[in-house]
Amino acid sequence: MSGAHGSTVSRIFIPGDSRIHRLPSETKLVAVVAAVVVMAVTPRQEVVAFVLYAVGAWSVIAMTGIGLATYVKRLAVIIPFVLFAVIVPFLGGGESVQVVGVSLSVDGLWATWNILVKAGLGATLSIALSATTRVPELLHGLTRLRVPRLLVAIIAFMLRYIDVLVEQLGRMRRSMVARGHDPRWLWQVKPIASSAGALFVRSYERGERVHQAMLARGYSGVMPVVTDRQASLREWLSVMLYPLVFVVVLVVAVM
Amino acid sequence: MSAASLSVTDLRFRYPGEHHDALHGLSIEIEAGERVAILGPNGSGKTTFVMHLNGLLSTQSGEVCIGDTPVVEEHLREVRRRVGAVFQDADDQLFMSTVREDVAFGPANLGIAGDELGELVERTLERVGAGGYADRNPHHLSGGEKRRVAIATVLSMDPDVLVLDEPTSGLDPAGRRELIDLLSSLPQTQLIVTHDLPLALQLCDRSVIVSGGQVVADAPTAVLLSDAALLAEHRLELPMGFDPSKF
Repeated sequence: MSGAHGSTVSRIFIPGDSRIHRLPSETKLVAVVAAVVVMAVTPRQEVVAFVLYAVGAWSVIAMTGIGLATYVKRLAVIIPFVLFAVIVPFLGGGESVQVVGVSLSVDGLWATWNILVKAGLGATLSIALSATTRVPELLHGLTRLRVPRLLVAIIAFMLRYIDVLVEQLGRMRRSMVARGHDPRWLWQVKPIASSAGALFVRSYERGERVHQAMLARGYSGVMPVVTDRQASLREWLSVMLYPLVFVVVLVVAVM
Repeated sequence: MSAASLSVTDLRFRYPGEHHDALHGLSIEIEAGERVAILGPNGSGKTTFVMHLNGLLSTQSGEVCIGDTPVVEEHLREVRRRVGAVFQDADDQLFMSTVREDVAFGPANLGIAGDELGELVERTLERVGAGGYADRNPHHLSGGEKRRVAIATVLSMDPDVLVLDEPTSGLDPAGRRELIDLLSSLPQTQLIVTHDLPLALQLCDRSVIVSGGQVVADAPTAVLLSDAALLAEHRLELPMGFDPSKF
């Protein structure tokens, strides 16, 4: 049954009353995207610029009040990039340096730094955004940013039904285990493949039923906007100051 | 809130590629404000029938009228406002990210917006005993709460007729009782499709049995449920020890 367990999606939000929590979601979205773009185009040699970005990003995290432990735990999403990044200096060509007897490519080291710092800082800002904004607010933010409503609706449906799907998958898996299925080896994968197929069919059928439920309530192809207030100009300005500082840092750095 | 009568005349329907009629000349008249239980075995055509009431399936032959309005393409918008359909699986009915958006979906499609919409949502949730649920994720509600919110999603459109498909399936006894209390307090004409015969007896003075795509019995619920042979013929059974005459 549902109820007791929180959903995967809604657990990402951490309730709070910080200034970041209270900002309109669309301003946060735009500010994060803008800041990430600025960081992404910053040349990797501009170490000072990245240090300033980091100070900026971490101060936002501090303002959200989500706690260092939560932040570090969530930062774990970049581990796959880290793993990839640390291989690069060993494989890179060109000029090399000796570090405790191992020859490392200078270019490769710069590449590693580039990946780590950009992924890390980008993830930091995304964590600040997702931890302080409820999913429905994010979706409203997208709507207010004039993202096509159909696209927002597709995202919303995905988020709404992902837990329903995961539960369904869990039930199917349990029923297989209950009948003695114990997949350990690759050649035992068949039931999983067929249950994936069954899940697809069930999801498709649910899609049809949901569509009927929508039609029954007067849906005519356009999602209605149930939106509240727009962000004020002042809110926009105060939030956009943040990526603007990043832009200034970038311009000063490359000049 | 008001109620409307409902009239179905010689409704026939065949799903594409099938060789048998799912509905085989079904006719029924229901008075405004009446609560009628639709009983019948699985596969008897109950769901096909109710999907005609708000035009989710369009009539191939026969006629469906809500009050004086025939359910045809040109009246679909009005019909879907006037006929509130509550589906069996509340997860199909509650498809938005919050309860508020779900209850607002219907009226927003009707053009209601702003403060009026907000107040309507609050009022409707209060009505079904789900006040304060507005910002919750539908996924996190209990079975009984989901069902009541699902009813709120159609009540917010101010319907004249409510069509409920298996409203008590999967509910615990307390949830079932709360739902019965809610339904008995609503003034709309109600069609309740169910296998729950005690529910039919408790809520509906009148019941019809649909079997083979036709109405095969139409009588006061107490009379109908006392006819053991009739029930058995249509794969209906009262719970063990349940005596409708002592109800």
